Amino acid sequence: MPVRAVAPPTPKPRKSPKPASTISRNSGTSLGGSLPDFALSNFLMPANRFNGHCDYGIGIGLRVPHYRHIFEHKPVVDWFEIISENFMVDGGRALATLDRILDQYRVVQHGVSMYFGSAEPLNREHLRRLKTLVKRTKTPWLSDHLCWGSVDGRYTHDLLPMPYTFEAAELTARKIREARDFLEVPIAVENVSSYAEFHVSEMTEWEFLNEVVGRADCGILLDVNNIYVSSQNHDFDPREYIDAVPAERVAQIHIAGHSKFERYILDTHDHPVIDAVWQLYERAIRRTGATATLLEWDDSIPSFDEVHAEAHKAEKFLDAACSVGAR
Amino acid sequence: MNLAELQSRMASAIMSPLTGSDSLASRTVGGTKMRAEVNELIKPNAQLTSFERLEIYSRSYWFRILDGLYDDFPGLVAVVGQRAFHRLARAYLTECPSQSYTMRNLGSRLPAWLEAHAGFAKPVLDLAVDMARLEWAHIEAFDGPARRPLGPEDLLEPGPNLKLALQPHLTLLALRYPVDDFRIAVADFSSEDHAAASNAVGSYKRRTLARRFRRARPEPVHLAVHRKENEVYYRRLDRGEFVALEGLRGGKSISEAIERALSDGASSIVYEELGATVEKWFASWSELGWFCVAG
Repeated sequence: MPVRAVAPPTPKPRKSPKPASTISRNSGTSLGGSLPDFALSNFLMPANRFNGHCDYGIGIGLRVPHYRHIFEHKPVVDWFEIISENFMVDGGRALATLDRILDQYRVVQHGVSMYFGSAEPLNREHLRRLKTLVKRTKTPWLSDHLCWGSVDGRYTHDLLPMPYTFEAAELTARKIREARDFLEVPIAVENVSSYAEFHVSEMTEWEFLNEVVGRADCGILLDVNNIYVSSQNHDFDPREYIDAVPAERVAQIHIAGHSKFERYILDTHDHPVIDAVWQLYERAIRRTGATATLLEWDDSIPSFDEVHAEAHKAEKFLDAACSVGAR
Repeated sequence: MNLAELQSRMASAIMSPLTGSDSLASRTVGGTKMRAEVNELIKPNAQLTSFERLEIYSRSYWFRILDGLYDDFPGLVAVVGQRAFHRLARAYLTECPSQSYTMRNLGSRLPAWLEAHAGFAKPVLDLAVDMARLEWAHIEAFDGPARRPLGPEDLLEPGPNLKLALQPHLTLLALRYPVDDFRIAVADFSSEDHAAASNAVGSYKRRTLARRFRRARPEPVHLAVHRKENEVYYRRLDRGEFVALEGLRGGKSISEAIERALSDGASSIVYEELGATVEKWFASWSELGWFCVAG
């Protein structure tokens, strides 16, 4: 009897929401303006307790379409970010592939479904599996989103925006502390893109972020593209957001592309980074110093070389930050 | 309004099925008027109403989970057709929303749901249920747990009362149609389709494939869906082999499992060749790494 192989299913979950229709894409308003001056000491502290005191440089997201290129060409990449949930499985090819990557590269875990902001308790099974993966990857820190996505055990698989209330800040911070105590690794929370605001909110998004990370004493994964997307959707100045973030807590930075529609912007991670987002990145780096930076590209993924080249555009900003710091 | 109430109401609005034109429904699953409900939760801005802002999330939710189901059940899509699959997927996901942090488990309840909702797959219900069972077994085999396999050396003198376990990633299926052949044809078609220059050719081939499936005659197939060296395999089994393996999976001892296979009326085991047949079975199963220690 012949034994036959068929193709495997696609790893899950995917991260970026899909647009309902395409109108236009990839144009951005220049933010211009002068960059603020900051204390020199900021540039000397890129590694901090929130990223395990690591001085990681530019990384890219590990994605299935690039596996073959990575194994055949062994490109020089400072580190890869993996989506934790894709490897929180019991066996099979995903884990074997991860082990091959771990043999040659540094890996940092990024999660999409911890849902620190959901009113329900943390999922213990999720935490247990995540800890198993942490032991495997030895990730120096791990990140997930400042959002919610599950109710009464039902999962939306989305990164839903928080109401910016003190009650939500306290609950979210408590869950982050609980996860960190269980996982025994520094945690950084990422600001998400959003398309809605709540009547009940009592503060701005950046004030809420500061409330949460202060109460949890955790790090920040600062996504400058998400700040840009939300600023356009909610009509605020993204520079004010960047300037309000406690620089000493920034463990990592995300950059990405997005899709612009007629009346809103979606965080689709399917385009190059626009100039306005690079300007925000530059502003952030001037505050935080040279910080581990990762380009996210999750849909319509181009060749590895193209993604790698896009990520390395961050170099000139990091070099500038380092040269200022070295003066 | 506290956090729990806000999230419960917003989730209920987001997870309400979209209309036929993929717009936000006029009422929530609970029957509340959607526009009034959303206005209470979400601020409008200069560009979008509260309703339109929530609609972005609802569409995103539905498109994501529907895409997930399409990706995981391409064989079922081919069997029932795109339109019928879309209907059944929406109904299934409305009744059985994800209960897992991973979308990997989205389709875990689909085979049983389909069986209980025959109207969504008529007139090919048995074929559709068989395909759904095979495709869920495929997912289990792809990344399900594996224990240390027992090799031939572990089984040299097993003794009649030894209880063996089968690998957790292995699923045994008694099917009414040769859906393993169909699923492989779908996989082959998908890889050809990626390379095809013309959408028209791809669409024609897809219709031809669907017609072939729908004309299929019933043909009992016993199948093991398993993983070896990180590849998923479909292995056809003799009836007796299947019955014996089911016995082992059910916790029977080796002798009890063989006895079960022997007494099965439909099995083609010849009593005089029993020893040689069983030896062949065990050699093959252990070579495939299917045995592990019960535990």
